[in-house]
Amino acid sequence: MTMPRTLLLGLWMLFVWWSLLAWSAEPALRGTGDLGVIIERSAGRILVVSTSGNNVIGRVEGLGDLSHASVVFSRDQRYAYVFGRDGGLSKVDILRGTLEKRVVQAGNSIGGAISQDGRLVAVANYEPGGLKVFAADTLEPVADIPAAYGDDGKLSKVVGIADLPGDRFIYSLFDADQIWIADLREPKSPKVEKFGNIGKAPYDGLVTPDGRYYLAGLFGEDGIALLDTWQPQGGVKRILANYGRGEEKLPVYKMPHLRGWAVAGHQAYLPAIGRHEILVTDTINWKEAARIAVRGQPVFVVARPDGRQIWVNFAFPDNGFVQVIDTLTGQIIQTLEPGKAVLHLEFTPRGEAVWISARDDNKVVVYDTASFAKLAELPAESPSGIFFTARAQRIGF
Amino acid sequence: MHPRRRFFRLSPPNTKPSREGVFFLLGVRIGLVALALGGSGSLVLAEQPPAPSPERARELVRMVRQDCGSCHGLTLRGGLGPALLPDALRDKPPAGLKYTILLGRPGTAMPPWKTFLSEAEADWIVAQLLRGFPEESK
Repeated sequence: MTMPRTLLLGLWMLFVWWSLLAWSAEPALRGTGDLGVIIERSAGRILVVSTSGNNVIGRVEGLGDLSHASVVFSRDQRYAYVFGRDGGLSKVDILRGTLEKRVVQAGNSIGGAISQDGRLVAVANYEPGGLKVFAADTLEPVADIPAAYGDDGKLSKVVGIADLPGDRFIYSLFDADQIWIADLREPKSPKVEKFGNIGKAPYDGLVTPDGRYYLAGLFGEDGIALLDTWQPQGGVKRILANYGRGEEKLPVYKMPHLRGWAVAGHQAYLPAIGRHEILVTDTINWKEAARIAVRGQPVFVVARPDGRQIWVNFAFPDNGFVQVIDTLTGQIIQTLEPGKAVLHLEFTPRGEAVWISARDDNKVVVYDTASFAKLAELPAESPSGIFFTARAQRIGF
Repeated sequence: MHPRRRFFRLSPPNTKPSREGVFFLLGVRIGLVALALGGSGSLVLAEQPPAPSPERARELVRMVRQDCGSCHGLTLRGGLGPALLPDALRDKPPAGLKYTILLGRPGTAMPPWKTFLSEAEADWIVAQLLRGFPEESK
C-alpha cells in the first residue's frame, strides 16, 4: 500500500520540477518602448540598449558601412530599419537581436523614412540620386523615383527626407534646389509634386511635429526654405533670409542635421550655417525671434521633449562640447564636455535623461537633464547615432 | 626587359625574395608611381613629402577617415563630397588637391583645413590618398 503512494508523490514532484524548468526556459516577455539602438560606425554593428537599465542588451553585426547611418522604427517598435552609407537597408529585430533582412539598394545613401501607415520604407540616395521605396515587412522594392532634373535629366543627391501624413514623403534635391513630395497612397503609381527655386543647395530638412511645415536648410545661401504642406499651392517661401548680414562665413567642418526636434513650443531652433549661432524663429509667423551665440558651428540642435531646454553639439574642432540653452531666458545654462568628438544626442522619450555619443572616447554618456549629473557611461566602438524606439510614434522621424 | 624583373634583381642573386621583401618592393613601386604622378603636377611633390611622426600620422589618418569622412564617407567612397579613392583622384594635379585641402573650395561645402594642417601634412595626405589611404589602427 505505501509503495504506490510514495511513487505517486515522486511522480508528482517530478512533474512540478519539470514544469518549473519549462517555465524558466521561456524567454521573459518584455516591451520595446524603453529600447533603442546605437550605431557603432566603424564596426558595421548596432548596440541594442535599454533606457530603463542604462545598459546594452544586445549587439547586431553585419550592417555594412555605417559611416553615416540613420534609423527609423516599425510602428510596433520591434524592428529597426537601418540606412547605411553604402546603400544598405537592414531590418533588425531588436527583441531577438537578429538581422532579419538586408538589401543593398543603391551605391550611396544618406537616410530614410517610414510611411504614416508603417507599410513603406523610403530611402534617400546620393548614388544613384533619387528615392527608392520598399515594403516594410519584406524589403521588396515597391517604387523607384529618380531625382532627375534639368534638360539633360541629371540625377540629384537627395537629402532631408521626412514622412508626411497621407503616406507621402517629402525631401530636397541638393543639386537641383528643389523640394519634392512623393505621394505613395498608390504605391505602384506614385505621384510626385515638385517645387523649384527653393534656394541654393538644400543640405537637410525637417517636418514640424504636426506634419504641417517642411523646412529645408540652405547651404548655398543665408536662409531657410519653408513649405506649408497644408497649402502647398502657396509655394516655397524663404525665411530667415540674409541672416548672415553679408558677413563672411566661418568654415563649416560638418553639415548640421535637421529634424522635428528643432521645435520647442511655438519656436524653432535652427543651426546657422557658417556662424556660431542658433537662429530662433516663431512657428506662427516664421519671423526671426532671436539668435543665440554658441560655442561653435552647431550640428544637432535638439529640444528636450518638454521644450524647456535645447541641447546643442558642434562641428570639428569644437566637437568636444555640448551646450544647454534654457528656452525661457534664451541663455546658455550649461556647457558640458562629455568626451572627444561628440557626434549625436538623443533624449529618453520624456526627456529626463539624454544619451550622448563620444566617438573618439569610444563611449556613450548618459546625463540627467535636470541636475546635469552623469548617470552612466557605456563603452561603444566609435559610436555615432543614437535612436530610441519612441521615434516610431512621431511624425517626421 | 619587363620592369618587374629589374626590381627583383635588387634581392640577393639566386634567392627568391622573401615575403616581406616582396611587400617592401611593392611599396617602393607604389611610392614611385605616386612620385611620378606628383612630379607631373607639382614641384613640391617631386620630393617625398616628409613623413609626420607616427603619433601625428595616426591623428591625420583618423582626421581624414572620421572628419573628412563625414562628407566623403568613412571609406572615402564619397557622400555629399566626392570620392577620394585613388581612381577618382588620379587625373587631378596633386598641387590642386593640396590647396583644395588647405584653402577649401569657395562656393562649395569644402572648408579650408589650413588652421589644422601644415603644408607638409597636406602633401603627405595627398600622397596617401593617391596610393590608397591607410585604415585606422585600432
